Amino acid sequence: MILEARDLAIGYGTRTIGRNLDLHLAEGEVLALLGPNGGGKTTLLKTLLGLVPPLGGEIRLAGRPFADLGVRERARLVAYVPQVHAGTFAFTVTEMVLMGRTAMAGPFEAPSARDHSVAAAMLERLGIAHLADRPYTLVSGGERQLALIARALAQEPRVVVLDEPTASLDFGNQGRVMREIRSLAAAGLGVIFSTHDPNHALRHADRVLLIRDGACLASGPSRTVLTRSNLEALYRSKIAVVGEGGDPAFLPV
Amino acid sequence: MRGASGFAAAVAVLLAGVVVAFAVGRFPIGPADLLTALHAAATGTPSGLPPAVETVLWQIRGPRVLAAVLVGAALAVAGTAFQGLFRNPLVSPDILGASSGAALGAVVGILFSLSVVGIQALAFAGGLVAVAAVYAIGSALRGGDTILVLVLTGVVVGALLGAGVGLVKYLADPYNQLPAMTFWLLGSLSGTAPDDLVPLLGPVLLGTLVLLALRWRMNAMSLPEEEARALGVPTGPLRAAVVAAATLVTAASVSAAGIIGWVGLVVPHLARFLVGPGFPRLLPTAAVLGGGYLLLIDTMARTAAPVEIPLGILTAVVGTPFFIALLRTARKGWS
Repeated sequence: MILEARDLAIGYGTRTIGRNLDLHLAEGEVLALLGPNGGGKTTLLKTLLGLVPPLGGEIRLAGRPFADLGVRERARLVAYVPQVHAGTFAFTVTEMVLMGRTAMAGPFEAPSARDHSVAAAMLERLGIAHLADRPYTLVSGGERQLALIARALAQEPRVVVLDEPTASLDFGNQGRVMREIRSLAAAGLGVIFSTHDPNHALRHADRVLLIRDGACLASGPSRTVLTRSNLEALYRSKIAVVGEGGDPAFLPV
Repeated sequence: MRGASGFAAAVAVLLAGVVVAFAVGRFPIGPADLLTALHAAATGTPSGLPPAVETVLWQIRGPRVLAAVLVGAALAVAGTAFQGLFRNPLVSPDILGASSGAALGAVVGILFSLSVVGIQALAFAGGLVAVAAVYAIGSALRGGDTILVLVLTGVVVGALLGAGVGLVKYLADPYNQLPAMTFWLLGSLSGTAPDDLVPLLGPVLLGTLVLLALRWRMNAMSLPEEEARALGVPTGPLRAAVVAAATLVTAASVSAAGIIGWVGLVVPHLARFLVGPGFPRLLPTAAVLGGGYLLLIDTMARTAAPVEIPLGILTAVVGTPFFIALLRTARKGWS
């Protein structure tokens, strides 16, 4: 297991948001987090990234207790792809991706030749090399998301955590980003992503974790856990299944 | 015009500023005489220029030119650093109270009839103490967004210090002290002597070097805080280092020249326009451009009218329309 959390309690300071959470992730595996807004998905992701300290339980990353890892060490093991944002300053896409190499150098060091070549290779890998010199603020939302994934890959991590990677993307770009997620796992990375679309989890995740009110409702292989009854319990709302038996898809009704 | 040509343009502005600063005024020194004197000083041979020219060059105009360049560079570098740190392009070096703290220190110094050195020292200390207090209070509050709390604390403490300045002015002798305070608060470089450069040069160089050393980290620091930390940036210590360095250069320049607004706000925008937002290129460009910009303004201040125009007034008069023009071009994002 590259990432393991046992009996985790999550929250901010004195405010506990979730407890008794167990989670494990192997290399080459995709785990999807599903649940209603305010249920604790984002807090769990932030806890797994070390951005919010856990309130209880333990996390092990690459076999080591989480608390033993410094900020830089952690950044070399787990990378974060935040929700797409506009950005304040018009850094070029290359500059943005190069920031993924921050943890590789000392506080006063400039990026090395290798840092530059890794950044260029990741742009190539995500098919956005043609955007290298364009300002990040002026490319489309889908292209920004790909740039943020390229930045995470430039960290050469073993786990990638994506917070709602398809939110605010058009239909075509949603597919493009989900395919990239699959290819990250094919390359041996552990991937966790949160989503509001059970169909994305069904098609692209190996396992899912359903969270409601900070508690785990169900977890396991996507095909067995993602059922109509589980989803109706998760969202407390009626859900229809189309294509049942073959290649099913869920629709809110 | 991104990259090397942008930096070259900033250097050109600075060089033009130096040539013009010596060539105009009550005692003009042309570029040829300037080069002769510099060459003579570098080689240690007599320049053959009239002694009066030598005196103006080395004792009067030279120190003032150097001070203008240093103060302009300092304010531009501090503004650039703070705009990145606070992820906001409308921030200026006095956002955390450095200028208001220095102002209170200076007016108190004048009230107690201290020497010029005493007033400058008190201004410098005032700037540092004000920012340290803002930082301590802001960190102690810890409510939600650290950056926002810090900025709001800066605004509140700045207002309190402003009230303190008002009180001191009210108490001051209206015939001697009040004009001196007003003059100081409007900013000026007149009467800069060679000795004034030492307390300015040290802190400005030190703070600028620290910021230059951190230039690559500052790129990541200008991202949202959680992103920066996920990239492996220890944001807490780094923020403290950037605030300390930027405050050091601001306090040094304010104590040398008084309150000069706008430079720290406008010049970083100009520099970003020339070389983009990446700090490794932006910081040196902003420093050079800020030096040239304030030098040109100071030259205007001593030559445009029969009496010296306070610098703070000119930077506002030049800065305002300039900034509005900039807002027109920068609407697509803070390039």
